[in-house]
Amino acid sequence: MGRITLEGVTKSFDDTKVIHGADLEIEDGKFVVFVGPSGCGKTTLLRLIAGLEDVSGGRILIDGKDVTRLAPAKRGLSMVFQSYALYPHMSVRRNIAFGLKMARMPKSEIERRVAHAAGILNLTDYLDRRPGQLSGGQRQRVAIGRAIVREPKGFLFDEPLSNLDAALRVQMRLEVTRLQKQLKTTAVYVTHDQVEAMTMADEIVVLQAGRIEQVGTPLELYERPANVFVAGFIGSPRMNLFEGPVAKRNGATTLGVRPEHLRVQPGDAVVADGCEAWGGTVIQAEHLGSDTFVYVDVPGIGTLDARCTGELRVQVGDTVTLLPDMHQLHRFDAQQLAMA
Amino acid sequence: MATQQTQKLARILIAPSIILLLLWMIVPLAMTAWFSALNYNLLNSVTSFAGLGNYRYFLSNPAFLSSLLNTLVLVGSVLAISAFFGVLIALLLDQVIVGRRVVRLMLIAPFFVMPTVSALIWKNLLMNPVSGLLAWLWRLFGLTPVDWFTQVPMLSIILIVAWQWLPFAVLILLTALQSLDQEQQEAALMDGAGAFDRFFHLTLPHLARPLSIVILIETIFLLTVFAEIYVTTGGGPGVETTNLAYLIYSQALLQYDVGAASAGGLIAVVLANIAAIFLMRIVGKNLET
Amino acid sequence: MARRTPVPRIVLTSVVAWTVGLVIFFPILWMLLTSFKTELAAFSASPSFLFFHWTTENYVAVWTRSNYLEYAWNSVVISLGSTLVALAIAVPAAWSMAFSPTRRTRGILMWMLSTKMLPPVGVLVPIYLLYRDAGLLDTQLGLVIVLCLSNLPIMVWLLFNYFKDIPRDILEAARMDGATIGKEIVYILAPMAVPGIASALLLNVILAWNEAFWSLNLTSSHAAPLTAFIASYASPEGLFWAKLSAASTMAIAPILVLGWFCQKQLVRGLTFGAVK
Repeated sequence: MGRITLEGVTKSFDDTKVIHGADLEIEDGKFVVFVGPSGCGKTTLLRLIAGLEDVSGGRILIDGKDVTRLAPAKRGLSMVFQSYALYPHMSVRRNIAFGLKMARMPKSEIERRVAHAAGILNLTDYLDRRPGQLSGGQRQRVAIGRAIVREPKGFLFDEPLSNLDAALRVQMRLEVTRLQKQLKTTAVYVTHDQVEAMTMADEIVVLQAGRIEQVGTPLELYERPANVFVAGFIGSPRMNLFEGPVAKRNGATTLGVRPEHLRVQPGDAVVADGCEAWGGTVIQAEHLGSDTFVYVDVPGIGTLDARCTGELRVQVGDTVTLLPDMHQLHRFDAQQLAMA
Repeated sequence: MATQQTQKLARILIAPSIILLLLWMIVPLAMTAWFSALNYNLLNSVTSFAGLGNYRYFLSNPAFLSSLLNTLVLVGSVLAISAFFGVLIALLLDQVIVGRRVVRLMLIAPFFVMPTVSALIWKNLLMNPVSGLLAWLWRLFGLTPVDWFTQVPMLSIILIVAWQWLPFAVLILLTALQSLDQEQQEAALMDGAGAFDRFFHLTLPHLARPLSIVILIETIFLLTVFAEIYVTTGGGPGVETTNLAYLIYSQALLQYDVGAASAGGLIAVVLANIAAIFLMRIVGKNLET
Repeated sequence: MARRTPVPRIVLTSVVAWTVGLVIFFPILWMLLTSFKTELAAFSASPSFLFFHWTTENYVAVWTRSNYLEYAWNSVVISLGSTLVALAIAVPAAWSMAFSPTRRTRGILMWMLSTKMLPPVGVLVPIYLLYRDAGLLDTQLGLVIVLCLSNLPIMVWLLFNYFKDIPRDILEAARMDGATIGKEIVYILAPMAVPGIASALLLNVILAWNEAFWSLNLTSSHAAPLTAFIASYASPEGLFWAKLSAASTMAIAPILVLGWFCQKQLVRGLTFGAVK
């Protein structure tokens, strides 16, 4: 079991408040991703859950038990650090076994668990090496192995993939998710990369400036962002967001439309009733083969990005018309909140 | 690492060091302060209250000012020598040299020699005006041998002390040099910087931090130089080589005047603190992070 | 440097470096040579460098005149003892400063170092009296205490600088793994800081071994270390320079050999954070 509950958790460093009252319920077995720009407090929140920092206010519960004042090791969580934080002077075997040794587990049980973890993570051949002799991906696996042998109530990941190169990152992303599904252990995963968040999470927590902006499944966040910030943060390429007469016409202060929901039509277009059509000039076109990204300067709105599947033959300077999918327009009010 | 628990533990773990050093400083100092207000002579069984008399006596002693000056001269000269030659020798050793390891062993050796021994060797085997090796060397060039401890007593002391501390400077500076960024040097080379430019714009700034360390550590030890003077000149001739440490020593143990010596001790402590503050100000900047 | 240094330049720098090295090393070499001379040859105004009558009589004389082994044993006990005690106190303090620093940490460190700048002679009399009353005069324990305290600041500073560069993450990982502070220090920090700890140990042993002021003033016979041993040859009663040289050689040999052997370890940690 590993249900993690935050109740009005706040954190201040000296006089600066970095977490403004976080309330969150993490269900057992869920893969929850904290995502947000750097400095949003996501790592701090993770460290508060880990017990590496004290909360300034509020409570943290694990399986209903108040652990707010409990030492890190007593919370039954394990953590994978961004730098992996492997013990450089110990072999892989001893690295993985260290936590069990600290828990005074019998030798035979330690051996069994280490062997099991090594098997799962393909580390069996490397057990007697030092971390310094391993590649980045292997080190990452050791760090994960160290986390899983303790059979914790929850895993905490602090940007664990950010030190890997792009290809390896995709591979490890899959492995981590697969492993978590296999073990059915609650995981809290911090990243600044929204793609990671979208692909790995059962549930995403978007943070900004120490506040939780929205909690939801990846698709919920994509389809129904609660505010302008989430709308702009989730989704790649970014959602087009603009204010002005066009937004007003649609009854919103800020109007948002994702690039993939804009159809690009060369030249002028006939507009159906109740539909928008924005004419403009192409200022940049990126042809990827599978997709075409078109940047269009629209008078009265600004630059809009559009993403078209397949190849679209447009060139810089062409006049085009953008046709938004009217069901996919996002309207935000003066408080930047999504309108029903 | 900022849980209150760890912070509390951290306070507990640092406490022994702080408490011990506080005791080590305060208890003797308090006693020294007490003695300094007494007429307290080991030869005289009667002890009486002296008020500030001992301070007046110690401060008005002409030897006091000269000892202060001597301390400054000694510390300053040795620092200058070890910094200047330290950089030169470190640069030299950083070159490709046949048998560098042996040269390094030879250079580092004086640091391991106890001050009493080095003072004795220099005094008897090297600087003796009759049979010393330096006298022989002088005669070899047709010069009159120098009677080191009579004619240039301070210079002699400086030479001995500098000989002991130069290796320390070389050691630290050399280690720093070897960590110099090669790419930076090569970039400068591409930019057309000559050897001198590279030294003044890249190497020297890189050495600022190790140099501050050398100065700080050496000052700590140089302020309290004692054995070298004790063994060679005994502070003389007159008070020419008497530094503050030695003056207090002679006051206490040669003249048995504990009261005056204690007053001197306290004055020395105050001066040392002033020196420490100055030093930390100057050097402290380079020690950040 | 990727470029080869031209041979003439290597020759030139080598010659200069060897000359400098020999000049600086010469006093020690000369001491060693003199220790094998007869007293008469040692005092000769025209010195001979190699072609003299080699003799070991000085060593025999020193050996029989004073109990070298007892002095040496005292030196070993005092320098090792004071160093180990200082290490036991300094490691936790340095851990605290490096991994749980406060606004006062820097100030505390500087204050510690400043205690080292006080002339010991300023507090000699009270320490002497305290020691007399506590029965610590002329005891190994007495010197261990004094030398431990006087070198503690340097030790803390050295270790602090070394610890600072050890990634916090690793210690936090250990904490997550359930290590207590003690275990964290013993199993994680200490093994990772071996070079720093080794050089702190070495430097302290060297400083304690060569310490003269307290050794001379607080011991007379039982606990007198080699610095006191050599001081007994300092008095200018007669001209026993060959014997003085022999005694000096015996006094510095152990620490010189140790220093040479452990030069690498010493240097690696002796940068006081000077090398980034």
